[in-house]
Amino acid sequence: MVRIFGPLIGLFFAAALLWSFGVGAVQQIREPDPSTAVKDFHLDPKENVHWTFEGPFGTYSNRQLQRGFAVYKQVCNNCHSLKQIAFRNLTALGYSPAEVKAIAKQWGTKAKTFDPKTGDTGDRPNTPADHIPPVYYPGTGNPPDLSLITKARHGGAHYVYSLLTGYTDQPAALLKKYPDSKTPDGLYYNPYFANLNIAMPPPLTDDAVTYSDGTKATLDQEARDVAAFLTWTAEPEMEKRKQTGWPVVGFLIAATALAYLSKRNIWADKH
Amino acid sequence: MSFPWAKNYKPSHPLMVYLDEKLPLPRLIYNAIGAGYPVPRNLNYAWNFGVLAGFCLVLQIVTGVILAMHYAANAGVAFDSVEHIMRDVNWGWMLRYAHANGASAFFVVVYIHIFRGFFYSSYKAPREMIWLLGVVIFLLMMATAFMGYVLPWGQMSFWGAKVITGLFSAIPLVGTPLQQWLLGGFAPDNAALNRFFSLHFLLPFVIAAVIIMHIWALHIPGSSNPTGVEIKTESDTVPFHPYYTAKDGFGLGVFLLLYCTVLFFFPNALGHPDNYIPANPLSTPAHIVPEWYFWPFYAILRAFTSDFLFIPAKLMGVLAMFSAILVWFFLPWLDTSPVRSGHYRPLFRKFYWILVLDTLVLGYCGGSPAETKYVLISQIAATYYFLHFLVILPLVSSIEKPQPLPYSITESVLGTDALTA
Amino acid sequence: MADLLKAEGTITAPTDSSHDGVRRRDFINIAAVSFAGVGGIAVLVPLISQMSASADVLAESSTEIDISAIASGQAIKAVWRKQPVFVRNLTPTEIAEADAVDPKTLRDPATLEERTKKGKTNWLITMGVCTHLGCVPLGAGPGEVKGEYGGYFCPCHGSVYDTAARIRKGPAPKNLEVPPYDFSSDTVVKIG
Repeated sequence: MVRIFGPLIGLFFAAALLWSFGVGAVQQIREPDPSTAVKDFHLDPKENVHWTFEGPFGTYSNRQLQRGFAVYKQVCNNCHSLKQIAFRNLTALGYSPAEVKAIAKQWGTKAKTFDPKTGDTGDRPNTPADHIPPVYYPGTGNPPDLSLITKARHGGAHYVYSLLTGYTDQPAALLKKYPDSKTPDGLYYNPYFANLNIAMPPPLTDDAVTYSDGTKATLDQEARDVAAFLTWTAEPEMEKRKQTGWPVVGFLIAATALAYLSKRNIWADKH
Repeated sequence: MSFPWAKNYKPSHPLMVYLDEKLPLPRLIYNAIGAGYPVPRNLNYAWNFGVLAGFCLVLQIVTGVILAMHYAANAGVAFDSVEHIMRDVNWGWMLRYAHANGASAFFVVVYIHIFRGFFYSSYKAPREMIWLLGVVIFLLMMATAFMGYVLPWGQMSFWGAKVITGLFSAIPLVGTPLQQWLLGGFAPDNAALNRFFSLHFLLPFVIAAVIIMHIWALHIPGSSNPTGVEIKTESDTVPFHPYYTAKDGFGLGVFLLLYCTVLFFFPNALGHPDNYIPANPLSTPAHIVPEWYFWPFYAILRAFTSDFLFIPAKLMGVLAMFSAILVWFFLPWLDTSPVRSGHYRPLFRKFYWILVLDTLVLGYCGGSPAETKYVLISQIAATYYFLHFLVILPLVSSIEKPQPLPYSITESVLGTDALTA
Repeated sequence: MADLLKAEGTITAPTDSSHDGVRRRDFINIAAVSFAGVGGIAVLVPLISQMSASADVLAESSTEIDISAIASGQAIKAVWRKQPVFVRNLTPTEIAEADAVDPKTLRDPATLEERTKKGKTNWLITMGVCTHLGCVPLGAGPGEVKGEYGGYFCPCHGSVYDTAARIRKGPAPKNLEVPPYDFSSDTVVKIG
């Protein structure tokens, strides 16, 4: 029974597939898929930039993270939330508990309060236990929360860096080949962005940020620093993860070697 | 397994005598994985993967129950609860990555285990029941993994749920009501999330029960072996302990080494970045793809682009995707060659390796965007897939000329069998 | 357990290793199993530790309270570690009543001085949790019953606390607990 219906069903599916294939192939030959502006002009993230946290032994540079935090606070926080980060997390960047308390207290946006008796909302200064208050941007576009951005995009820190340093004029070649793809008003051309036109205006310039450690605040430096900071916000456990990984892998190499010798020992008389 | 030379359980310690008398669990363990269970002496490393799969189930249940202590299954807080685990819970990041990568490890191990079954025809009599139970386990695993991936409520969680539950609407007449019944609404939302959490917690224990039956069914005829020749005499076997406990221990070490390397150094390599974006029902990701272990089936689903004989393409895709697994149920009756092992079946072997390549091609296409070239390749690859199981295997088993088999397992290991000497 | 798995007697295949070989054989096996055992125990550490308080819970392990608005004779209910805390500004009469009691006659002997900070005996800060079975006693809010000793009264089973929140009557075994606290300034108290 199986040997009759089996092949019939197989041939049924094969026929359906080959039919779809035929229709699709003919269509493709008649009108091949057109190339698009995105296909031709989208760029993958730059590879030639490096951070201290890369690789299996990589660690964060606290000074860089603090500079990146300064970039976030002075520039990005105007439109982008960082909801997953609590002020108390900033001690990982090297700030003392007193400094963290001050950062929280002086933060522009206050924490919300609600009085269940009167129904009144109000606000109060932030404490280290509070998360960074959400930012609401009423203008065009939807600025995403940045806490996880380096894990939420292919290329991670490389993508963030490339995007921030990648703003350029729309190339003449693009306008020539795809005259309908002129960047609309209110958007900005950036070849590292998925569909080439991003609602965010170039956020960084030289000296957009004041660094307290004296580092020169070029656009490139700011982009590197904020990309590092955002990698930390997405992966605060990275150093611990790598530090735990090495002893575990080392132990397993030793244990597996012993297991192999034990196996050979037990099987010695059986081969 | 009623091998006459199997050792009998004779406890010496008085405590063990007492326990065994009241509840014969010690006896059961001895007969299942102890010296009371004879196993072919020639099993190769392809036989390690059953135990590894069992280990992965335990790993997933332990990490899963722990994660459930901290996770909140409500659409408004699910994503944040996972971030709470990653950031605030002690070792939370490790437990989450262990569970996510544990699912991938489970599927790697199970796919190798299944393909071992394909090559050595483990599905043939008298082991058909083991095989059928195995396919049931695989289906349960797929359901469990699918629901588990929805729980973090990221973009891929939501849109994957939308696509897969949307498939049910392809069923004529009852499709849409069925889909809405499954979802508890019109789109994946809180109702779906909560029931997926409940079922995701439940199914692994159902899987465990089916695995017990799977192993029980195995222990009736005993393990097959790379020659496909059944056990004849005592010299064909070794007791499971210490021979295979040692070999499985080594195999586990290699497995853990690879798994921990991924877990600690490349924990997001197998995932999709879009799932770190909170679910947004109003914004579809550029490419909706499931996790890698579903890619071959996803490719088959998307391969049907034209209506066929008045059956809509969408329905064809759904039927084909489920059939792709259902054909495995019929393998014991499709492949009728009296020879089991691929080692002695040269023609079968060629097609086996084409199947392996074909599955990898389907997988690659399933993970790619639905662009024309990938769809065309999927269509050819899916054609081969169905022809392989349903047309080629029955044909090959009729026309093939197998190579001569060894007399016994002992002969294949030692070169000669004392009994025939 | 090991004998469960070992064969009775010896395996049929001949073993031609010497007695020394058998010992050597056991050592590598013992070493391998020991390593695996150590690994197994090490794995338990994170599995057990994950149930301890997470970082966000620990972050709320101390609370600051502004006491500037509490007039003499008033009390407020605050929250510390998700439990009620009573912060009371004792009047001189209440202090005198508390000091007049001989501690030795109390079920849980203590003086008001021992339960407050030096120089700030008028500030009585205690948990708002009855030491009997955990109800929240009355007396801190305006208009609430204070019981016959003028402190707190627990409606669940009738425990009565005095002006120093010491148990005087009823089933509670101990005085209301005084949490660890400090005055960050004259107007701010930090508990925990």
